[in-house]
Amino acid sequence: MKRFNKLASLTAVALATATMAMSGGAQAQSDPLKVGFVYVGPIGDHGWSYEHNQGRLALEKEFGDKVQTTFVEKVPEGADAQRVINQLATSGHDLIFTTSFGYMNPTLRVAKNHPDVHFEHATGFKRDKNVATYSGRFYEGRHVAGLIAGKMTKTNTIGYVASFPIPEVIRGINAVAIAARSVNPDVKIKVVWVSSWFDPGKEADAAKTMIDQGVDIIMQHTDSPAPIQVAESRGVWAVGQASNMSAFGSKAHLTAIIDNWSPYYVARTKAVLDKTWDSTDTWGGFKSGMVQMAPYNEAIPADVVALAETARKGIIDGSVHPFAGPIKDQSGKIVVPAGEVASDGMLLGMDFYVEGVDGKIPN
Amino acid sequence: MIDFVVLVLLTIITASTPLVFAAIGEIVVEKAGVLNLGVEGMMIVGAIGAFAVAVTTGDATLAILAGALSGLVLAFIFGFLTLYLLSNQVATGLALTLFGIGFSALLGNGFVGQTYGGLPHLDIPILSDLPIVGQLIFGQDILVYLSVVSAIGVTWFLGRTRWGLAVRAVGENHDAAHSIGFSVALIRMGAVLFGGAMAGLGGAYLSLAHTPLWVENMTAGRGWIALALVVFASWKPWRAFFGAYLFGGITIIQLHAQGFGLDVPSQILSMLPYLATIVVLVLISRDDSRLRLSAPACLGRSFHASG
Amino acid sequence: MLIRLEPRAEASRAMVYQSPLIAVVLTLIAGMIMFRIMGTDPLQAVHAFFIEPISTLDGVAELLVKATPLILIGVGLSLGFQANIWNIGAEGQLTLGAIFGGVVALAFFDVESVFLLPAMLIAGIIGGMLWAAVPAFLKARYNTNEILTSLMLVYVSFLLLSFLITGPLRDPDGFNFPESRLFHDSAVLPIILEGTRLHIGFLVALLFAVLAWLMIVKHIIGFQIKVIGMAPAAASFAGFKEKKLIWLTLLISGGAAGLAGAIEVSGPIGQVIPVVSPGYGFTAIIVAFLGRLNPVGVILAGILMALTYLGGDSAQITMNLPNAVTGVFQGMLLFFLLASDVLIRYRIRLGALRVREVTPRQEGVT
Repeated sequence: MKRFNKLASLTAVALATATMAMSGGAQAQSDPLKVGFVYVGPIGDHGWSYEHNQGRLALEKEFGDKVQTTFVEKVPEGADAQRVINQLATSGHDLIFTTSFGYMNPTLRVAKNHPDVHFEHATGFKRDKNVATYSGRFYEGRHVAGLIAGKMTKTNTIGYVASFPIPEVIRGINAVAIAARSVNPDVKIKVVWVSSWFDPGKEADAAKTMIDQGVDIIMQHTDSPAPIQVAESRGVWAVGQASNMSAFGSKAHLTAIIDNWSPYYVARTKAVLDKTWDSTDTWGGFKSGMVQMAPYNEAIPADVVALAETARKGIIDGSVHPFAGPIKDQSGKIVVPAGEVASDGMLLGMDFYVEGVDGKIPN
Repeated sequence: MIDFVVLVLLTIITASTPLVFAAIGEIVVEKAGVLNLGVEGMMIVGAIGAFAVAVTTGDATLAILAGALSGLVLAFIFGFLTLYLLSNQVATGLALTLFGIGFSALLGNGFVGQTYGGLPHLDIPILSDLPIVGQLIFGQDILVYLSVVSAIGVTWFLGRTRWGLAVRAVGENHDAAHSIGFSVALIRMGAVLFGGAMAGLGGAYLSLAHTPLWVENMTAGRGWIALALVVFASWKPWRAFFGAYLFGGITIIQLHAQGFGLDVPSQILSMLPYLATIVVLVLISRDDSRLRLSAPACLGRSFHASG
Repeated sequence: MLIRLEPRAEASRAMVYQSPLIAVVLTLIAGMIMFRIMGTDPLQAVHAFFIEPISTLDGVAELLVKATPLILIGVGLSLGFQANIWNIGAEGQLTLGAIFGGVVALAFFDVESVFLLPAMLIAGIIGGMLWAAVPAFLKARYNTNEILTSLMLVYVSFLLLSFLITGPLRDPDGFNFPESRLFHDSAVLPIILEGTRLHIGFLVALLFAVLAWLMIVKHIIGFQIKVIGMAPAAASFAGFKEKKLIWLTLLISGGAAGLAGAIEVSGPIGQVIPVVSPGYGFTAIIVAFLGRLNPVGVILAGILMALTYLGGDSAQITMNLPNAVTGVFQGMLLFFLLASDVLIRYRIRLGALRVREVTPRQEGVT
């Protein structure tokens, strides 16, 4: 029996070696490719960092022992970021994903000193020879969610729990307003800023506040599922953020805009393995799978689902653009003329509300 | 309109209750002369302790007890270090917060993404059907009632009971209390454990009722606010209760102001609860030199009886 | 009671140095048990925490970069703590210092002058002092407790920075993202160790510690601070102006925190960002006490505290340990360090408690 085991293991080793030899490439035979991730939150936040970590796990699943992944969580976006990124670069990582906007300049500084290491910075706009950027066109998902919300609201008011007045968040609010008003011109958007990305208690309070003010659909651009729970208990609708949050309120959960980093992370890692990596700027949406919609709530009427799906498919094939003119700002001034769509530059730095959003941008 | 006010008040109650628990617990601790700055750490451990038991057993009572117990265990570490090994209270309390946040994250690892139905509301028959006050006062969950009871109970305990007197005595003058035969360390330990259990209940309220879920750092600084409220209340439980509701109330009202589209930057509005607390404290402590007397004289001082 | 503490006639000089070592050894033992339970290699984990971060020159430089704000703020706070002035809001004063320093850097963006950096640092000090002046004024004038006011102002400062960075201070070419322009070279602190990030701010922190030590040991104000902390009644009897000390200690600690903020933005960060500090103002409170409120002690404590953070990163990178373990381990280390201080003033004795004349003994927060 013992001998058999030994034989078997020998065979296994031989087989493994053969497979590795066949799969080719220097990487496969030598040490595994080391891929590092830097997260701004804890992976237990069930939001932004959690989703990036899901992408990391997908890498491990896809490549097995060809890659070895490392992550550092809760890395503050100040002086510490550069140290951590540098530590990853000097400890033999070949590919490093820095997953928060505040890591932009630290990433670039470290990248200068490590020309052989590949860097990928999420949500930023500065690149270098060995620094690529990537982000999701989450506004595409918000467009679909906005269409559903516009159809489903009875009070014609949609509430938006928002974090900080930065372009990414404002873009999402505007995408919802434009889409909802395209199917229901009476819709108004109420926005409450909680001045935090992550404070379940305050997010819940903001959701309750808006429900008390007559909102019957809650959307959010903060990380915790607390607003969904509030919507569930108060009997209104809600749209989830970052991941499928239906577990937190199956009746309320209309759908969710899912951040799905896995395809991108797999593709970029493969590029490094194949030595085809290049510094690129990826802004992925439905088409690339970076943005997905969670399953629609069964309570949504079939025609509304059809409307949503048509829009989603239209965005994929390019026939629909969430920011297609005419778009008016709050004062009624045309900012995108009919027949045109907003440029990526305008979307990237968006700092105005479109018509239909209540209140003023706080700055 | 009345309905709207009732709804707003209901939201204020939920926002304020965790602060009430933690602040009133800390009042007893500080009355005994101990300054435990680890409230945030005890709250967050209480939150995961309660949530873990709630999800695993589904039993609300057990979950609440687990929350209190978790806070108590953390408080025991603090009590042992500061009362028996005479470590510095300020630093130990801060270390307790660091430890608590890490420890809760470790414990909560498997509970991210899990859900719990929330604490049942205990409607008091007939009364809860009354207009306006019905749901507001008689339709809350057990922890809200308990927070009110604790404010009354602690006021009574500190002011009217022998043990309350003992707590105040060791806080005012531990040497004198010791010389008349009180065990300073034991009494202080009792107070510290009570404070831990209360902070744990505050955390439990967050993870069971306010937002029935677990995510890391979910207390988001409420322990610090509770500490500030103790000072605000000049160590009086009913004032802490009022302070918690003032803070919670202004937090909610500024959210409403935003919802109504008030044209003031949101960050400025968000400052209001903090600024208001300062202003109100200045108003009540203005020209009141007696206020200093309400601070326990031995607050933060270690005691060691040799012999 | 089998184990009891017996007061020493005077504080043990030897234990002042030995107790931290005892604490580290105890932490290592407890840590190894914890790592064993968690199924990781204890020796490797300890190596990752304490050795690996400082095994390279760059690592040592990073350690000092991280320790700089902790030392600056810790020394400042220790003055106030000795006088029983509880400035819990250094984090807010740091934030104001960062704002003020940053505003100067951005206002004179195109100016290349040797005076720019000093102006930024002075602006940072002023910002921190202004923020600390609020609790000082309220305490001196209305007897308002400074714990509450200084802590509340921390949150206000965060929101103020958030407001400024999403509006007036943001980079005009930055697509409205919440960050300022990168400072001009003349607004970035010079590096004192080529090839690393170690900047002159570390020397500033050391200098400040020396000045504070001189003040405590040599100057009458240092004496007054100590007396008022230990025996307020005696201090007022001796005619010390308590209000003056309230102002003085809060302004010094606020100024030091503000300076730390200005150094952070002009040093390792190089721009104004929405969150400047990962809680240095709070961590520095622990550092102040770990250093026993003594400037030299604070320097060592600041470096040790910085090491635990760097060690936490290393442990994540080389051991795949979650960040939560860092918090637990850090907490344990602090618990042991704080607890072993007891050995300085007490002896551990085995044996039953003898009942004899009771001589109660009181220890201040000092």
